Amino acid sequence: MICQECNKRQASLHFAKIINGEKTEFHICEQCAKEKGEYFPGANSFSIHQLLSGLLNFEQPIKKENEQTSVKKLECEKCGMTYEQFTQVGRFGCADCYKSFDSKLEPILKRVHSGNHTHAGKLPERIGGGIQIQRQIETLKQELKGLIELEEFEKAAELRDQIRLLEKQKNEQEEG
Amino acid sequence: MSLQQFISEALSPWMKKDGPDSDIVLSSRIRLARNLKEYKFPLIASMEESYATSKHVGEALTQEEFHSIGSLEWLRIDDMKTNEKRVLVEKHLISPHLADQSKHGAVLLDKDEAVSIMINEEDHIRIQCLLPGFQLGKGLDKANQIDDWIEQRLTYAFDEKRGYLTSCPTNVGTGLRASVMMHLPALAMTQQLNRILPAINQLGLVVRGIYGEGSEALGNLFQISNQLTLGKSEEDIVEDLRGVVLQLIQQERTARENLLDQSRLQLEDRVHRSFGILAHSRLIESKEATQRLSNVRLGIDLGLIKGLSGNILNELMILTQPGFLQQYAGEVLSPELRDERRATLIRERLKLEEETNE
Repeated sequence: MICQECNKRQASLHFAKIINGEKTEFHICEQCAKEKGEYFPGANSFSIHQLLSGLLNFEQPIKKENEQTSVKKLECEKCGMTYEQFTQVGRFGCADCYKSFDSKLEPILKRVHSGNHTHAGKLPERIGGGIQIQRQIETLKQELKGLIELEEFEKAAELRDQIRLLEKQKNEQEEG
Repeated sequence: MSLQQFISEALSPWMKKDGPDSDIVLSSRIRLARNLKEYKFPLIASMEESYATSKHVGEALTQEEFHSIGSLEWLRIDDMKTNEKRVLVEKHLISPHLADQSKHGAVLLDKDEAVSIMINEEDHIRIQCLLPGFQLGKGLDKANQIDDWIEQRLTYAFDEKRGYLTSCPTNVGTGLRASVMMHLPALAMTQQLNRILPAINQLGLVVRGIYGEGSEALGNLFQISNQLTLGKSEEDIVEDLRGVVLQLIQQERTARENLLDQSRLQLEDRVHRSFGILAHSRLIESKEATQRLSNVRLGIDLGLIKGLSGNILNELMILTQPGFLQQYAGEVLSPELRDERRATLIRERLKLEEETNE
């Protein structure tokens, strides 16, 4: 196949662009692709946000018919950003958007972060103290469950006391 | 201004130090994205709201001495001239976004230029630590130290489930972007990169050209960074990246040895030819300059060229960008004039090195 740009060289790149549902096919040679820039992956200014926005809009065509109204209603009370706006710009308006759009976030985050949706990293020292204790409590509670199943009641009692102590600490921290 | 003085001002002090594996890894960078709980993100904040954010951060972070984290200076983007901003972008100390699109943007810059904290970029706060060579762990320690220091004074937007809340969902969780700048000429020459780079992408890492998103890999320089920020700890993210980079270093070294063994003459020709062009041309485009510089740097690393400092690639990559060329010329230059000035600057630079070595 001959390159459709220069009509001289052999076309070596073949791809399709879909714009508003209309598919156009392109067959061009490497040299024209380089000169044109836009055909060359990574060479143009196509930003991550545009890509992301495409990703976020993914679910819309399917849900449009029956859920359009509920999608429209989803709006962040704090900053006023609507879910629709968010899918267009690919960025949140404020920290509260995460809560406001929570019902829709799981699949999006999973797609962006290879299936992950929950933070497993650092906790801020000052404001994260309570969370840290809570994480400890949850781990201990799991252990406690295991010990009870094994009928190791003495050890279980020790853990129970540890949990109570941590819960007390957590309450103090939250009140103070 | 003499060329020597100009160079010393153009290069950040941290760049002049040698780092581990610096024959292949030019620099390591850690970035943490943070936001304040009560303020709208810069994307939708009005001018007044952006001003309030900047003021709040400025007051919280300047009321005490920065001793524990460095000697930082607060610089307002609006106070800078266009070319000054450009120069900071070319030194990777601020982002193009902060320079051109931020509302009441600012940067806290330390004297060493190894730490820069951007205010009102895409996120309220972006902590960036730069180190020479391959030192991601050290960079993460430093960034964490600064992060803890700031967190004592400002209340971050943090959620137990989602972590540090960022403007873009691609940064949420740790807000961490760890990246290394690698010079991989032998892997490029032997066509091995076509095979390796897609594999790196599959491991959840991103490979980019040196000017970030969407840019071409000029001069065989590649920036490799983590893609996901959620579901893994900071240490694990850095460790995963480190593992891949170590592999790449190993492969690049092997490829270099093989090239020397199997096609020494061709390699020598390529290196010296590039040196000749850089030392004698009167007009040179940035793309060609970068490619030639990459060859010369490889020649230095392999001992084919002696008496030239290994820093020449990083140095001239920075010096021959439009902002610096214009800064050195003291005037605004058209692209054609820039090609001439670029050639002149490179010639002078190489001559300077010759003189110092005599």
